[in-house]
Amino acid sequence: MANMISNETIEYVGILAKLELSDEEKEEAKRDMGRMLDYIDKLNELDTEGVEPMSHVFSMNNVFREDAVVNGDDRENILANAPEQKDGAFKVPGTMEQG
Amino acid sequence: MSRQYETVIGLEVHVELATKTKIFCGCSTEFGGEPNTHTCPVCTGMPGSLPVLNKQVVEYALAVGLAANCEINQYCKFDRKNYFYPDNPQNYQISQLYLPICHDGWVEIETGAGKKRIGIHEIHMEEDAGKLIHDEWEDCSLVDYNRSGVPLIEIVSEPDMRNAEEVIAYLDKLRMMIQYLGASDCKLQEGSMRADVNLSVREVGSDAFGTRTEMKNLNSFKAIARAIEGERKRQIERIEEGKKVIQETRRWDDNKESSYAMRSKEDAQDYRYFPDPDLMPVVISHEWIERVRSRQPELQPEKMERYEKEFQIPEYDAKILTSSKHMADVFEETAALCGRPKEASNWLMVETMRLLKEKEQDPEDIAFSPENLAKLIRLVDKGTINRTVAKTVFEEIFIHDVDPEQYVEEKGLRMVSDEGALQKTIEEIIAANPQSVEDYRSGKEKAMGYLVGQTMRAMKGKADPGLVNKIVKELLTKQ
Amino acid sequence: MSILELSALELGKKIRKKEISAVEAAEAVLKQIKEKEPVIHAYVTVDEEGALKRAEKVQAMIEDGTLANPLAGVPVAVKDNLCTKGLLTTCSSHILYNFVPAYTAQAVENLERAGAVIIGKTNMDEFAMGSTTETSAFGVTRNPWNPDHVPGGSSGGSCAAVAADECFYALGSDTGGSIRQPSSFCGVTGIKPTYGTVSRYGLIAYGSSLDQIGPIGKNVSDCAAVLETIASYDKKDSTSVPRKDLHFTEALADDVKGMKIGIPRDYLGEGLDEEVKAAVLKAAKVLEEKGAIVEEFDLSLTEYAIPAYYVIASAEASSNLSRFDGVKYGLRAKEYEGLHQMYKRSRSEGFGPEVKRRIMLGSFVLSSGYYDAYYLKALRTKALIKQAFDKAFQQYDVILGPAAPSTAPRLGESLGDPLKMYLGDIYTVSVNLAGLPAMTVPCGRDSKGLPIGLQLMGDCFEEKKIIRAAYAWEQTGEGR
Repeated sequence: MANMISNETIEYVGILAKLELSDEEKEEAKRDMGRMLDYIDKLNELDTEGVEPMSHVFSMNNVFREDAVVNGDDRENILANAPEQKDGAFKVPGTMEQG
Repeated sequence: MSRQYETVIGLEVHVELATKTKIFCGCSTEFGGEPNTHTCPVCTGMPGSLPVLNKQVVEYALAVGLAANCEINQYCKFDRKNYFYPDNPQNYQISQLYLPICHDGWVEIETGAGKKRIGIHEIHMEEDAGKLIHDEWEDCSLVDYNRSGVPLIEIVSEPDMRNAEEVIAYLDKLRMMIQYLGASDCKLQEGSMRADVNLSVREVGSDAFGTRTEMKNLNSFKAIARAIEGERKRQIERIEEGKKVIQETRRWDDNKESSYAMRSKEDAQDYRYFPDPDLMPVVISHEWIERVRSRQPELQPEKMERYEKEFQIPEYDAKILTSSKHMADVFEETAALCGRPKEASNWLMVETMRLLKEKEQDPEDIAFSPENLAKLIRLVDKGTINRTVAKTVFEEIFIHDVDPEQYVEEKGLRMVSDEGALQKTIEEIIAANPQSVEDYRSGKEKAMGYLVGQTMRAMKGKADPGLVNKIVKELLTKQ
Repeated sequence: MSILELSALELGKKIRKKEISAVEAAEAVLKQIKEKEPVIHAYVTVDEEGALKRAEKVQAMIEDGTLANPLAGVPVAVKDNLCTKGLLTTCSSHILYNFVPAYTAQAVENLERAGAVIIGKTNMDEFAMGSTTETSAFGVTRNPWNPDHVPGGSSGGSCAAVAADECFYALGSDTGGSIRQPSSFCGVTGIKPTYGTVSRYGLIAYGSSLDQIGPIGKNVSDCAAVLETIASYDKKDSTSVPRKDLHFTEALADDVKGMKIGIPRDYLGEGLDEEVKAAVLKAAKVLEEKGAIVEEFDLSLTEYAIPAYYVIASAEASSNLSRFDGVKYGLRAKEYEGLHQMYKRSRSEGFGPEVKRRIMLGSFVLSSGYYDAYYLKALRTKALIKQAFDKAFQQYDVILGPAAPSTAPRLGESLGDPLKMYLGDIYTVSVNLAGLPAMTVPCGRDSKGLPIGLQLMGDCFEEKKIIRAAYAWEQTGEGR
């Protein structure tokens, strides 16, 4: 494999993606990602010099809404799936940062 | 010998735009409201929901960019900034990194050291986050998405400021400019204007920048000034101790007057920006730019100049009057109604400013109607009331916005100009104060003032002061 | 003739003529579901009560004349990544095991307006990531033609439900072939429309720039009619394209005279099963006999489509799926300490291995230092692929080829080697990168009796051309 994924990289990606992997899963992830990146490196064969990256297939632009209120109070529906709620709000573990 | 340091400051200013609805959905931006009552699938990140851009956000961003002498990116796009935090329902914020709407502008500030240009690096559009309420009892946080998706512009300055005075002047300039444009009310306390301070220090004479820190949670001009001083000292101390300044985000605690690093192992600061595939690019034509430009209202510098020319108002006064769009509006309407710009200016400059200060309010908080101030000015002009009475009436106008004509009638505050009645009162006062009469006659002119004051007091302030003066003088010299 | 043998349009006609009631149709499908589901498992949720109630209501509207749509009263199955108000929507993921949307996807709403009766939500690869429907958190779906084989994916549940007569037609979504490949494996017809034709509002996103909703049916006419119904310009979806002509059923003409059809040589090369190749080329021959001008050509860049696709789709997915965090809906882990562990545990318990694999890859290719090398490179490749198609469509009305390199593999064969599984998307992903419309129609069976699919691709907004070609082929009766 040309792309050797280090433990640090897998740890780092786990932090970015908010995934907690077991040791076994980490090994698998290293192998799978390495193989996949080797395959993706195939793109380097292509000369893309001067080619604009294409985000959208169609060159549509200026898709706007008018600034008018159309939504009312829909709190009941919005909160209906909340794993935990309190006083009309979503409840999550404490977020106060430590000094 | 101790080394000399220079502080280098750049600002990231977030301004909540005054749109009726959020940036990507039709929910109200109204302040307050029970938690999550101004939300929908889009601004709460429900699966399958999609954003659609509010056109007014682009209009406001353009207006601010043009007022700040920016170049406009005629092809601009939105990018996703990916990070996990509960106030951010999608766990990405829609913002602009690669092609922000405005770039390379400047504003001019004025401090004790004179005029100076502060560069604007860029202005971009983005969405605000929700609010977290910390529940100390249960050690949990409650998430309210009412603010989630409220449109913001972020104005990123160049590192052109060197001290707190310049920073305050810059913020004041932005605030005034944006208020004049009607793009935001820019209230620091309410969070509709927020400033993050990027600060570094370097030895005087050095060209290279030092390592900077970013300071957040600055809720007032005073807090900003204190935070700048605190951080400057902290960095210099570290350098003097031979330690390095670490590039980091710090949170200012204004009560403790100190800051702490917001670092966390889980916070990689790698935002993985990429163009948001759910939103199409914004293409801004020359025509659109010109349309916005032609609609730009008169801004503070022009207004100030006009006041000086058109109304012959002194520069200093014109500056104060125009320092708040709202106060300038009150002034102009009052002047138009009563035809006495100088009088209108005086009432605002002296009594209004005094009362605002007394009540710890800002010019934005002026709540009385120009109609009532204009009426008051006319009452004085016509001699219906004297200036002393007018001041007390004005307090009523300032607080309760009373109609002065009605108030004067109800309270019987009309000026007494009946010479006979005044003469009688003054005679009594002179008779009761022989010492003052003596003093006057022996050359102490001041004594007359005392007698006038006594008369005014006896007349409950309603007497015509000119007439009182005249009669007192006559009586004193006659005898 | 049993009700179940009817096509969607045939059933709709009989319902309008009051020969069959909407309730009878729903009951027939529900009965079939009870028989077939223990083996096939095409559905995550069957809404028996809701469907019968809805059928009654639709019947009443047909009777009082307020509803006369060709699809009124016809039972439909909806892929479980389309939001349905009040009806469980899981994306076949444990992380959404209990999610009941508060709103309905625009495409489904369009169907409902036409009088559709939703029978239930179909199984899929978790978050549409997979080619076999084996990555579902709620068990595999089996191929109705042979239950030892997969139905394909990710819309495997929808295609199996149509093939097993557990509905009259279904909605699927296609990000890299997820309608066309399972349609091929299940011997049904499916269309992936031009990007922007069907609103994505309410489709739980996988790769936003690639995702499109499309119909899966028993024949070309049904698919054209359903596409006509679900397609709409939607102001809630910024990528929605205002199109003048959405009358796809007008293209149902048995006439390919003079139609120029190109077959990319790149699609017939190494890796393609000989039986599939023979069936596809035979179909081309038949179309030629019917008057089409058929020739082979070099499309080029085909081999770069898969790596570009996996970079783009994974990158978008890593961001799209970050909202599943245990805060607002779905699974929250039971045990955790603090916010970040809550995030990590909920997501690690909630997502399956394939989803994690793509989220990790996507996070990596967007991370600091790799964005240009991977993500921008992939977007540049996408631009080149689009150019190659633009060039091809200057020559041809329709591009013809296989939908997949083989027929349906056996259960359990694919997941062991993810990269190999990804390579199976070789004939489908380019279409998504270029935003093109494409469809699959059955074109025979292999020696094991498993269906083979013929893929027809058109230029953007040229659905009518591929529908016409597919219809002409279908009329020969040789595809069955």
